[in-house]
Amino acid sequence: MRRLPKALVIGAVISAAFLAIALVSLVWTPHPVTGVSISERLQPPSAAYVLGTDQLGRDLASMLMIGAQTSIAVALIAVGIGIGLGVPLGLAAAANRGSLLDEIIMRGNDLIFAFPSLVIAILITARYGPSATNAILAIGIFNIPVFARVARGGALPLWTLDYILAARTAGKGRARISVEHILPNIMNLLIVQATIQFSLGILAEAALSYVGLGAQPPTPSWGRMLAEAQTMIYTHPMLAILPGLAIVVMVLGLNLLGDGLRDALDPRLRRRLA
Amino acid sequence: MLRYIAIRALSLSLSLVVASVVIFALIEVIPGDPASFMLGLNATDETLAALRTELGLDGSKLERYFAWIGGMLTGDFGTSYTYRVPVAELVLDRIWVSLPLAIYALTLSTLIAFPVGILAAANRGGALDYGVMGGTQLGIAIPNFWFAMLLVLLFAVTLQWFSAGGFPGWENPGAAIKSLTLPAIALALPQASILARVMRSALLETLGQDYIRTARAKGLTRRQAVLRHALKNALIPVLTIIGLQFSFLLAGAIIIENVFFLPGLGRLIFQGITQRDLVVVESVTMLLVFAVIVVTFLVDIAYAIVDPRLRRR
Repeated sequence: MRRLPKALVIGAVISAAFLAIALVSLVWTPHPVTGVSISERLQPPSAAYVLGTDQLGRDLASMLMIGAQTSIAVALIAVGIGIGLGVPLGLAAAANRGSLLDEIIMRGNDLIFAFPSLVIAILITARYGPSATNAILAIGIFNIPVFARVARGGALPLWTLDYILAARTAGKGRARISVEHILPNIMNLLIVQATIQFSLGILAEAALSYVGLGAQPPTPSWGRMLAEAQTMIYTHPMLAILPGLAIVVMVLGLNLLGDGLRDALDPRLRRRLA
Repeated sequence: MLRYIAIRALSLSLSLVVASVVIFALIEVIPGDPASFMLGLNATDETLAALRTELGLDGSKLERYFAWIGGMLTGDFGTSYTYRVPVAELVLDRIWVSLPLAIYALTLSTLIAFPVGILAAANRGGALDYGVMGGTQLGIAIPNFWFAMLLVLLFAVTLQWFSAGGFPGWENPGAAIKSLTLPAIALALPQASILARVMRSALLETLGQDYIRTARAKGLTRRQAVLRHALKNALIPVLTIIGLQFSFLLAGAIIIENVFFLPGLGRLIFQGITQRDLVVVESVTMLLVFAVIVVTFLVDIAYAIVDPRLRRR
């Protein structure tokens, strides 16, 4: 049994913990977060409110738990959009290397990369109304070229290998080869990239909801909790510190997980470590 | 070389055309009418019609696109609906906050990242290297607007060395630079973390090359080999990242300018969004995208000058 990279273990534990918190928050939080009770506002941490309450008397711990749920849902669906559309495009481009399709897909990708993505995301959510759905779309669109590029880059060298030639002589078409033989062999690359995009998605969601263009009230989100806490930073700094810490630890965990997965899944690196 | 520049320039203009179509389409074409979006639900038919005429919405979409682009090319960015002044005037006013801020942040980021990346690479595997790698992991994970809030908490609220926001204007350059310092640090930290990591890995890559071994063999110390030979060759990937970071700095500035209440382009776009002033949003976004694409172009040309091999591709 090979020893797993330390980064992988730490990253996996942190990510799993946040996922667990988000799942638990679906069915249970210490307090409801939709109710406003002014008499309970800005309470310090106590037995009833582990982390205290915010300016509307909502339990901070419960808000953070549901915030995890919002962040993970947005980032996860945005990554799903990127994989769902980007990977087929990348595979098609690689299968038809040098064709017009390849050229169009890759030039189109260059173009999206040239755009300042956050500006366009802000534009989309601003024009079509701020909502979690539009935030997901805005983040997801920029995941498409990322996954297309990774899939194409991973697939191209595979197409020159003997076993692909064998599959072609066996009469399989390009699409079938892409799905049956190429895709499983670039899975490692895609998993690592998905982890990275997931963490970028968390940051983007936080930024969008911080400027009020993400999930809308009463749905709690870490970014908006920060925005609301900003005016109270003088008197109640913890309200601004805790949601930020949640973002940092979650993103750090995902980045470590991505690094660790890359090390663990890269056979060249594995040999060097052994 | 001329041919290379010509090809890059062609692709630059193509990018700009597509970018303008995308922005125009996002704002004006799909779905709904910009005038009713701007005025909200309670607008009367007369005010709607008046705004439509003012915005030139009576024409076809194609006519409007060319009117907009033609205007942009001649420096006419339209008239802001809420401010009632030409957008070009607003932009000229505010670029003197955003541009210095971006340059300030880029300078800070480079000044931090270069020595840190070089030190980490030179001490590969050592405690310093681990420290740098851990620190930069953290730097990448911190949202810059939250870091900005922490800076305000420490330096403005607790220590009271800086003001928490606002911009005094350039009449007093010292005060102006001081007010841009916290925002620039907030913008620079994540970028410096990325840049330091790129610097480190690019240097490690070149340090493994034969010519470095030769340099060491002929008696150069490790330090001399790094500074005289490795550094220059490691700069190419580092330059790419610096070019790309410009676009992140512009986008990041939208949010950071809001944290610090700086009257820059980012805040202008954001105010345009909240006031539903689509003329401002459309033109300023196009300007930002234009800046990013032009910088990418300049970086490409800079490479070709640094590395002649790239010209032939």
